[in-house]
Parts: sequence; structure tokens; C-alpha cells
Amino acid sequence: MSIIEDTKQLVQGAVMAGMSKAIALAPDRWIPGGTPDPLISHRHGHIGRPTTRIDGPLKVAGAAPFAAEFPMEGMVYAALANSTIAKGRIVELDTRTAEEAPGVIAVMTHRNAPRLSPPPAFMSSPKAAGGDSLPVMQDASIHWNGEPVAVVIAQTQEQANHARSLVRVTYEAEPAITSLGAAKARGSRTAMFMGQPLHDEVGDADAALAASAVNVDASYSTPRHNHNAIELHGVTVAWQDGVLRIHDASQLVAHEAWTLAQMFGIDEDKVVVTSPFVGGGFGGKCLWQHQVLAAAASRMVGRPVRLVLSREDVYRLVGGRSNTEQRVALGADPDGRIKAIIHEGVTPKTAFNAMPEPFILPTRSAYASETIKLDVQAVELDMLSNTFMRAPGESVGTFALESALDELAHKLDMDPIELRIRNEPEKDPTNGLPFSSRHIVEAWRAGAERFGWSARKPASGTVRDGEWLVGMGCATATYPYYRMPGGAARITLTREGHATVDIAAHEMGMGTATTHTMVAAERLGLPLEAVTFNYGDSTLPGVVLAGGSQQTASIGASVIAAHRALVKELLKLAGNDSPLAGLKPDEVGGTDCGLCKLDDPALYESYASILGRAQRVSVCVEASPSAPMEIMHWSMHSHGAMFCEVRVHAVTGEVRVSRFLGSFDCGRILNPKTAGSQFRGGIIMGLGLALMEETRFDERSGRIVNPSLSEYHVPVHMDVPEIDVIWTDIPDPHAPMGARGIGEIGITGTAAAVANAVFNATGKRVRDLPITLDKLM
Amino acid sequence: MIPFTYARATDVADAVRRGGAEAARYLGGGTNLVDLMRETIERPDILVDVTGLSHAITERDDGGLLIGAATSNTALAEHRAVRTRYPALSRAIVAGASAQIRNMATVGGNLLQRTRCAYFYDEAGAHCNKRHPGDGCDAMDGFNRMHAILGASPSCVSVHPSDMCVALAMLDAQVHLEAPASTRRLPLTELHRLPGDRPDVETHLAPGELITAIELPAASLAVRSTYRKVRDRASYAFALVSVAAALEVEEGRVKEVRIALGGVAHKPWRAWTAEAALLGQPATEASFAAAAQAELAAARPLKDNGFKIELARRTMVAVLGELAGEAV
Ligand SMILES: Cc1cc2nc3c(=O)[nH]c(=O)nc-3n(C[C@H](O)[C@H](O)[C@H](O)COP(=O)(O)OP(=O)(O)OC[C@H]3O[C@@H](n4cnc5c(N)ncnc54)[C@H](O)[C@@H]3O)c2cc1C
Ligand code: SF4
Repeated sequence: MSIIEDTKQLVQGAVMAGMSKAIALAPDRWIPGGTPDPLISHRHGHIGRPTTRIDGPLKVAGAAPFAAEFPMEGMVYAALANSTIAKGRIVELDTRTAEEAPGVIAVMTHRNAPRLSPPPAFMSSPKAAGGDSLPVMQDASIHWNGEPVAVVIAQTQEQANHARSLVRVTYEAEPAITSLGAAKARGSRTAMFMGQPLHDEVGDADAALAASAVNVDASYSTPRHNHNAIELHGVTVAWQDGVLRIHDASQLVAHEAWTLAQMFGIDEDKVVVTSPFVGGGFGGKCLWQHQVLAAAASRMVGRPVRLVLSREDVYRLVGGRSNTEQRVALGADPDGRIKAIIHEGVTPKTAFNAMPEPFILPTRSAYASETIKLDVQAVELDMLSNTFMRAPGESVGTFALESALDELAHKLDMDPIELRIRNEPEKDPTNGLPFSSRHIVEAWRAGAERFGWSARKPASGTVRDGEWLVGMGCATATYPYYRMPGGAARITLTREGHATVDIAAHEMGMGTATTHTMVAAERLGLPLEAVTFNYGDSTLPGVVLAGGSQQTASIGASVIAAHRALVKELLKLAGNDSPLAGLKPDEVGGTDCGLCKLDDPALYESYASILGRAQRVSVCVEASPSAPMEIMHWSMHSHGAMFCEVRVHAVTGEVRVSRFLGSFDCGRILNPKTAGSQFRGGIIMGLGLALMEETRFDERSGRIVNPSLSEYHVPVHMDVPEIDVIWTDIPDPHAPMGARGIGEIGITGTAAAVANAVFNATGKRVRDLPITLDKLM
Repeated sequence: MIPFTYARATDVADAVRRGGAEAARYLGGGTNLVDLMRETIERPDILVDVTGLSHAITERDDGGLLIGAATSNTALAEHRAVRTRYPALSRAIVAGASAQIRNMATVGGNLLQRTRCAYFYDEAGAHCNKRHPGDGCDAMDGFNRMHAILGASPSCVSVHPSDMCVALAMLDAQVHLEAPASTRRLPLTELHRLPGDRPDVETHLAPGELITAIELPAASLAVRSTYRKVRDRASYAFALVSVAAALEVEEGRVKEVRIALGGVAHKPWRAWTAEAALLGQPATEASFAAAAQAELAAARPLKDNGFKIELARRTMVAVLGELAGEAV
């Protein structure tokens, strides 16, 4: 990020800060969510009923079309050649042999690629989607080891792959900063995240720490991680009558369409991005160079192009999670009341993106403390731009924070759960806002009971089963409620009582389509079969990001807005002859294929009757929700209590997680079936974070040396025990449907729960992830 | 992948005739060779598919077993005689790779699979003496957690990744070889080379020589053999260290012992020194520890893999202790 952009962010930040003060002080009823969503009081409808995913049969049959499977007339295939230096210039680019290879149609390089504007980087404007702001194949300069330098387009994938190996490139390398040490030596700056500095101070934490009766002060580190969704990134692209059509695996179709339009210098409505199914996103299925290169190649050869990244390409083109070095210091009085919290550290990014890994986020609202100091310093490396990866910030931040809590409990000789409960804050400790809904203590109690926490031996290294040492650990999980601006939805209701909901949202396997069919059906008072939920298409209303665990809130708020408009329209059509005559939209809700007065359901008229009388076949409305001011008015967070039992081999140090329980407080759970999978999936990813995931980034060359699932370890079945998940199911009165996000929280707290269990088993404190056996020998 | 021609060998004579051609390679299950061809690290012109040759497992008159080189890893691990008489071999095989890969992989291919050194795999972006002699070795000062502690050279510090070979080395297996003008056998322990200054030459095979079978000698000792593999996740990971061992104890003393280590060297490592140190000694933890120590006296750590020395020592002691416990 350049100084200018930083300043821009600062100004935005100042405006935001001023605004948020006003919003914080405004009366509740002015704020979205000030009046609870009426759906919260529906107790026996679709919501909360375990519902099987509607796309299940399609996927089991292999009939769900993914991005790389769309057939196109006359399609050709692309393969990429990547740079092998981190910084410098291409001085020679010999594509002749590749061009002459069988089946090759063209080789695109910076010399002949269509001229493109650089991508607007994510967060630089509302619809910007670029992973960074670097030009894509426009000149001879190289910015990271692995940057695409040529695209081979051929009749078959095999021909393209072969010809790629024939492209010869000579570079002139320039000195590159590829080691964290060198980057730190060059200096760091306070990191900016979403327009605000990652820096908070409440009181004088250093002084309070020094004055505390008991304290811990430790350094933790987490390595780089890469995205490894099961579906490789792939696109099928065509230019049809001046319209760029992209079948993509995307978690931001509308952002992507706008951004590509900027790059290609065409109108936004001349780009159509569809993405009906995504085989795993986690923050990685955004806009990277491959979509741009495929579109450029397709324009160049005048044919539809398919580009599917190899697993190695994914590591070279799609950013991952940056490494972190964190310090957590906690001061407490002898009975465990926390007096000082310091959480600070360093993380690398690039000069071209705005994404420092924000590891202090979970600490902002975690525990009551009179003094708090939080700070993230960013340094810049010559590497592929890092990005969002499931719970950016919280995933690795909770590892440090919640390990430190365990260290403090040990030092105080106190039960770690009791320590956490004792420091439960009454209001948000950094911004002073009231919590919208916080029932973490209930989650702790219920989890402890079910897990059998009371059987834990506080002294470490005392439980043994043959060659295995056994231990238990716990940690708090947390993830904020977000809702981003830009949502919009369209509802079309027919006289026969069928509703279609259209919104440019995404199904990445979480169960979005199923859950929102349920929610819309409930809101409209229709059976599930009477609702069609359309999504995954940039031409639909709304600019919705499937990220930040906010898609459900964003869709929910958009559908609430559209539904309100629909009710208004229906009341108008119903007129004075209806039993509903004279009622205001807010007094009316959907039930039994019609509308009724919320507090007097006897006042009712069916949709068929209303539309019939008005001689209408259907009614169609579109609306946007108001800006997400609720997040500046309340402190809104999901929480969880994580429990882990591990077995550590006394001879070899091998760690096996033998039991895991997550007890969550995430507001109302809309579909227990898909929610359970989200929680479990997050926890499994957390086990990988704890025990094995690590990108090996060679600091000499800036090159990732383990770009494969054979060498980059994620958990296999045998690494995953049975995972138990429970939840409070207490609706958040200020969130749409009473539901906060659930997609990312499972990965948070998990690594600390594992590390704390390892300590209980062995007496060894591992502060550097992953916890590999050599650290326990 | 570079274009190539493909032929399926009808018998051993046909295979060696075709395999003698320059830049010809034998193809087993292809789980290693085809991967390396995709990376353009292997660039054969001709592939001679030898999966149609013998995959019989036959009893020999002397009580040993003869295993055709085309036998799948799965079939070998599941074979009744192997499971009961050579349990270490069965365990070693199922500790490797995944079920799908073991179904495809052949015995011959497993013996000659190449190292998993990450720099070896990065044709475009890394220096590697094994790929290009004289090019340098990026692993030496790079990521070398998985690399060798024994028998390495300044040219190459990679390890042989096979689990099966470790058990075979311990079991005194013999490799049957065939070339147009010769038929011979080689002890498995003499099949692979240490890297020296030619890490690109990995075995003592002559160019074009075909592995036709593996022979397991009869050995009562083998019945009580075992295999233990230590790795970074519960399954589907290469060994950090593995130990194959067999032990016979008489009146509290070691009568016979065989030990081999995996994950530590450029070849499956037969622990001759430890074996010699143990013969006739009391079958106690102290003797096992002393023997392990003796074997590992020559071990040299690299930047990231020093823990392997201690891990190998501990695992050897634990495995021998387990076998001694069973022996009483
Ligand atoms: C992801 C992954 C994980 C793995 N994990 C493990 C593990 O944990 N432990 C482990 O031990 N292995 C592991 N493996 C390696 C696996 O065991 C080997 O790939 C397999 O054994 C090779 O057998 P193949 O028949 O497929 O050989 P091929 O790939 O067909 O051939 C390998 C080599 O042997 C040569 N060859 C084949 N047959 C003969 C013959 N009859 N005579 C002479 N030369 C011949 C070929 O020319 C080639 O050079 C893993 C592999 C993968 C891909
Ligand atoms: S250790 Fe051997 S295989 Fe690995 S890079 Fe060095 S020379 Fe190549």
C-alpha cells in the first residue's frame, strides 16, 4: 500500500470514526436491528429444523456444474508459465518452440496481451475485488516468485501443458526482500485494516502490567498458510457479442464483474460472472490473475478459453495467510482479575495489497481489563499478495491470546474456564459499546458438562495410557458479526403462491441455497417447494461478499428489505376490501400462503386472493437494506467454548487429538444440519492449523517449496476424531433472523485448545505453530 | 509432459529388449514415474509397461517366498504368508501412501521410487544435483527437515522415501535382475547407492536392467518382526524416521537381531553396527540404547533435522523393547 493510499484510508477512517461515535449514541430504534426481526419469534416453522441440502442429490450424482465443467462450442485450453525469481525483469522471452508445438494456437505474454488497466484492489472502492493492484501481464517487470509470465493456449489441455514447459525466459534479477528479518530491518508501520489502524489503547497497559501481582509475557508465532480448497481454481470464459461471460468459482460475483469491467475498459453490464457452485472458498476464491488472463487470452484468440490452475499454480497465483509473530502479555491480581492485556506483533504483506493479517481482532472484545494495548505492525515483502483465509486475524490471534490465558491460569493455579468467566466483560472493553447478545458463560458451562471437563487433572503430565500421555485443554472461540453495505434482493411472487428470490450471493458448499430457501419460505409463509432461491450470478441484485461470515446477515437483511417492499405492495393491491385493510407493513407478516396481522393472525388474506382481486399474475419488488449501522451501535460477536483431549506419544512426541467439543453461542441456528457441518469443518481446519499446516516459503528465493497436498499437510481422516458440537441457540435480537455468522468461528480457538491440551498432557508449552513432534521430544 | 511412445511388454525377454533402448523406462503403476514426467523431471522417449509380467507370490522349496515384480503393493501386504511370516513387510507397506496408490503401485516401482526432496521436484525454480549434476543443492541450506542424517554427501542430502524397502532391507531380501545378456541377484541392501558426488545415479543397476522378482529368504526370526513409522500426521505422510526390526532372545540375551532404518538416508539403512553391538548382549533397554547410540554415532544433523537423531534412537529402543517383551 502506497503512502497515498494509506492516507486515503486514514481519512476514510477518521470519517468512519466520527460517524461511528454518532451511531453509537443514537437511540436503538434508529438502527437496523433496533426492532427485532419478527422471524425470531417463529418457533415451529422451517427455521431451526434440520434440513437436508437441496443441492445434495445433484452433487452426489456428479451433476452439479462447477466452473471448469461448462461446455462451450469451440473451446480451447490454457496453461501458465510462472516466474522463478522474486523481483526483476524479463530480458528474454523465447516462445517460438512453444508456438510451434502441436496444437498450440497462441502464446500470450506481456508483449502481445491486450492492454488492461490494473485491478482496483479489494477495499479500495465498494466493488473492488483485486487481490492486489498490480498490472496483469502488461510489462516485463516481475513482482513475486511465481508470477505468470506466459499463457499458452492450445487445442487440448495436454498440449497446453506440454508447450508451457517449452517457454524459455531469461531474467535480470533485482535485490528482493524475501525474508521477514530483512523486511523488519527495513522498518514497519502500524497496519491499516478496513480503513482503520490496527491499534487500540485503553489506559496504560505497560504500567498496569508492571504493577500486576501475577503476569505472563510470551511470544508466539504462526506460519504461512495456503488455500487448499478441494476444487482447484478454474474458469471458463468467452466473449459473446461484446459481453464477457465468465463461469467462475467465485465468492464475489458482482465485485468481480465490476472489477473486470474496469480492467478491460468496458461497461459493467458487459461482464457477466456466474458461479452456481464453488468447491470451497474460505477467502481464496476471489479475483486473482487467472480470471483476467483467461479473459485476455480469450479475447486474443477469439475463442472460449478454459483455464484450470494446477495445485502448484494455486500456490503461485492465489494468496494465502501471512505468518505472524505475536507477543501477548497479561497482568492479573492474585484472584485472577485481569488488569492489563497487551497483544502486539508483526506480519508481512506486500506493497500492493491492503491485507495485514489482523491478529489482534479477537482481543478487542475478549476480556474485561482496565488497560489494553493492541498493535499490529506490517512489513512489506516481495511475495505474492497475501489474503483472507478462514477467520483472518481470529484464527491465529486466538492461538496466541488463548494460549496466554492458559499460561496465566496455570500460574494462578486456577481452572482456565473459571479464569475466563471471571473476566467476562459487561460491555465491549475497547469501544465501550453494549453487547448485542453474549451468552458465552452458558456455552462454557454447557460444554464443560458435556465434555466431562471436571475429570481433567490440573497437574500436567500426570495421565498416561500406555505409551501415550493424555491431556485436556480449552479455549475461547470468537468471530465478529459483520454485515457489509451493498446488499439488495428481488422477490417475485406469483398468484399461484410461488416465490422467487434473486440475489447475487454464493453457494460454496455451506448450505446457503438451502438455508435461505428455508428463511424466505418462513418469511413468506410458504412451503419450501414454493420458493426458488437464485444466486451466483452477477446480473442479479446486490453486491454480496461470501466472506467475513456475513453472507447470511447480508442476504437476510436484503430479503427483509425486499419483503417489506413486497408487503407494502401487496397491502396496496389488497386495498380496502381486504381483511388487512388499514394495516401498516410493519404490522403484517407472511403465513399460510398469505399475509396476516402479526399479533392477530385471524386477520388474513391469501396471496392468491390478493393478486386475484387485483388481477395480477405476479408482483415483483427489489430493495436494499439500510447501511449496516448496527455494527457501530452494538458490539456484535459470535462465541464458542472449545474443548480438546489430546494424546501425546511419550517416545516420539506424536500428537493425536482424541476428542473435541465446540459449544457455540452464535445467535439463532437456522439449519442445524448445515450449521453443524460448518462448525465441524472449521474445527478440522483448526486442527490442521494446530498440528500441521505450514507453507514453506524459502526466504532465499521467495519461492514456496511445498506447493502440493503431498508436502503441505492438511488433516487426513485419521487425524480427525469424532467432533461434538452444541449451541445455545439464543437469538441475537439485533441481527436478521437473530442469527450471527457461523462460517469461520470453528477455526478460532481450536489451535489454542489443542496447544493447551498438549501442555496439560506433557507440561510442554508449544508457542510456535504447527505443533510438530520435534517440539515435544 | 514430454511426448513419448508406449508399449506393453509381453514377457521378460520382450521387456528387456525394449527396455535396453536409450531413454526407455519401465513403467509400473506409474504413481511416481508419471508424476515426475508431468513435472518434466523424467523425460523418457519410450515407456515399457511391465505390469503384465509376473505378479505371482510363490513358495520356495527352502521356505522362502518369491514375489513377482509386478505384484501390487496391496496384494503383497495382504498375502497370508507375508502377514504371518513377515509381518514387518506387511506393516511397512500399509504404513505407506494411500490405499489407492498402493493398489496401483508395483513392487518393482516401489524399489525404484525417487526421493521426495521438494527441491528435486521443482524443475523450474530450484537447484538440484540429482536432477542436474553440478547444479548445486538447494536443500543443503534450505528446508531439510525431511532430509538425511546418515550417509549424506556435500552433493545431496535427500532420503529414499520407501517404507517397503526398509522392511526388505531388514529381511535380507534379494532382488532378481534381468538384462539381455545377464541374469543376476543383488541383496536389497546393495541395490541403492549413497549419493557421493553422483546423486543422480541412485542404484547399482545397469542401464536397462529389469527387476523381475524379490526373494524373501526363510527366517524364523522374521515371524516376530515389526515396523514402526513416525510421521507428521496419522496417515498419508512420508516417514520422518521408521524402524524395521526382528529380534530373537535366548536366556535373556540377544541371539539374533536385524534392524533397518527409513527416512534417514539416501538408501534404506541397514543398521549393521547396532546389530553387531547387540549380539550376545542382555536384551535390556540399556543394551538397546547403547546399540542405537553406536549406530547413530555417525549421524550428522542439518539445519532442520537434528531431532531425527534423537527420534531414531528413541524409536529403535522402543521397537526393540517391544520385540523383547514379546520374546519372553
Ligand atoms: C502422494 C504419495 C504419497 C506416497 N506416500 C508414500 C509413503 O508414505 N511411503 C512409501 O513408501 N511410498 C509412498 N509413496 C510412493 C509410492 O510407494 C510409489 O510411488 C510406488 O511404490 C511406486 O510404484 P509404481 O509401480 O507406481 O512405480 P512407477 O512410478 O511405475 O515407477 C517408479 C520407478 O521404478 C521403475 N520401475 C518400475 N518397475 C520396474 C521394474 N520391474 N524394473 C526396473 N525398474 C522398474 C520405473 O522406471 C520408475 O523409475 C507415495 C506416493 C505418492 C504419490
Ligand atoms: S538434497 Fe539431493 S535431491 Fe534434494 S536438492 Fe539437494 S541434490 Fe537435489
